[in-house]
Amino acid sequence: MSIWEYANPKKFLATSEKVMPALWISSAVLITVGLVWGFFFTPDDYRQGSTVKIIFLHVPSALMAINAWFMMLVASLVWVIRRHHVSALAARAAAPVGVIMTVIALITGAIWGQPMWGTWWAWDPRLTSFLVLFLFYLGYIALWEAIDNPDTAADLTSILCLVGSVFAVLSRYAVNFWNQGLHQGASLSLDEKENVHDAFSSPLYVCMAGFVLLFLALVLYRTGTEIRARRIKALMARERLEA
Amino acid sequence: MIALLLRDLKLAFRAGGGFGLGLAFFLIVTVMVPFSVGPQSELLARIAPGVLWLGALLACLLSLDRLLALDWEDGSLDLLATAPLPLESTVTIKALAHWITTGLPLVLAAPVLGVLLNLPVQGFQWLVVSLLLGTPALSVIGTFGAALTVGLKRGGLLMSLLVMPLYVPTLIFGSEVARRGAEGMAVQTPLLLLAGISAASIALLPFASAAVLRVNLR
Repeated sequence: MSIWEYANPKKFLATSEKVMPALWISSAVLITVGLVWGFFFTPDDYRQGSTVKIIFLHVPSALMAINAWFMMLVASLVWVIRRHHVSALAARAAAPVGVIMTVIALITGAIWGQPMWGTWWAWDPRLTSFLVLFLFYLGYIALWEAIDNPDTAADLTSILCLVGSVFAVLSRYAVNFWNQGLHQGASLSLDEKENVHDAFSSPLYVCMAGFVLLFLALVLYRTGTEIRARRIKALMARERLEA
Repeated sequence: MIALLLRDLKLAFRAGGGFGLGLAFFLIVTVMVPFSVGPQSELLARIAPGVLWLGALLACLLSLDRLLALDWEDGSLDLLATAPLPLESTVTIKALAHWITTGLPLVLAAPVLGVLLNLPVQGFQWLVVSLLLGTPALSVIGTFGAALTVGLKRGGLLMSLLVMPLYVPTLIFGSEVARRGAEGMAVQTPLLLLAGISAASIALLPFASAAVLRVNLR
């Protein structure tokens, strides 16, 4: 039993169809529980009041925005090295999900920033690097859409993803250098003493788990769609050949 | 390699090669800036380093689509790919030719345009140094973008979308050097980082460009 078995589209579809209902349900339950818990059963922050509660959308979506790109990077590498079509399609499927997560993170951040910092947008390093990440997603998706031949598109986008990752990291540090930030440090990290208070962190973890599962479900679903679209194309090509 | 470089340079300099268009674009963008932000000389002096860097970057970007597209159309790119010269070298030479025909003139023109924008005196040398170090990176990164989109009918806009985010670190460090130079601050840190980005791009990106080109020529 190895993970490479799922390079077979049939096997991938069969398994993902079995897993997906569980993923959908558990992500829905986790997100509902996390958000209800976060919005109604946590105390207001003594300085930020109730605006702090947008953290339950902001942090999980930001987490997934970055990890979606990371997943695309891994899938692209798998495509470049082992040339499994499912992997290329999974990278393609993840990009729009990632871009939506980036937009959610940016918008919730703006809504949170307005009362706290007095501005919707500031050229803070974290904000700026997210905007740059957004641009990288746009370029990646646009390249996929622009090329007809699916294999060429998969090759080109995967190399773009590899090169883009290096430059995305570079930009992250470059903007750090370029401007000092307003944004607070990491909300949750293992090595820091000052984290978000426990009252907030437990529902936050629930929300994050829910977003991870939601992302997985969406990517599996979209990959399945891509595989089927590819199959329909092949069938239509065959029919044209026979006619 | 030298023959290829000379060929590219000749093609660029001869009629229809588009040499100088980038330069003209740089000039016109810089001239447009005071019209849009107003003629106050203190304001212009403050934004001059950034505007000149942005203008140089855009001029570089606009000249990229002819970098490989012409050779692609008339088929000479296929010949170059089958030539004994590795494609990585071909791509590097192409980037070098682009730098000589676009980047270098921009570097030389920048001080003149700096006068138009009332750049402080101490800023000139750092503007030139930062552009000299940064434009090779712009050319090499741009070659990667041009290689990505070479097979597409209307790749120009897409290429801008792909290349611009890749330009972000170079632009940040480059204009930081120019800005600090103009304000009389120490420039060493951004200068070294800019040089590092340039060196790394020149060393590594040709491999990515060649890989992409091979896919497109398949």
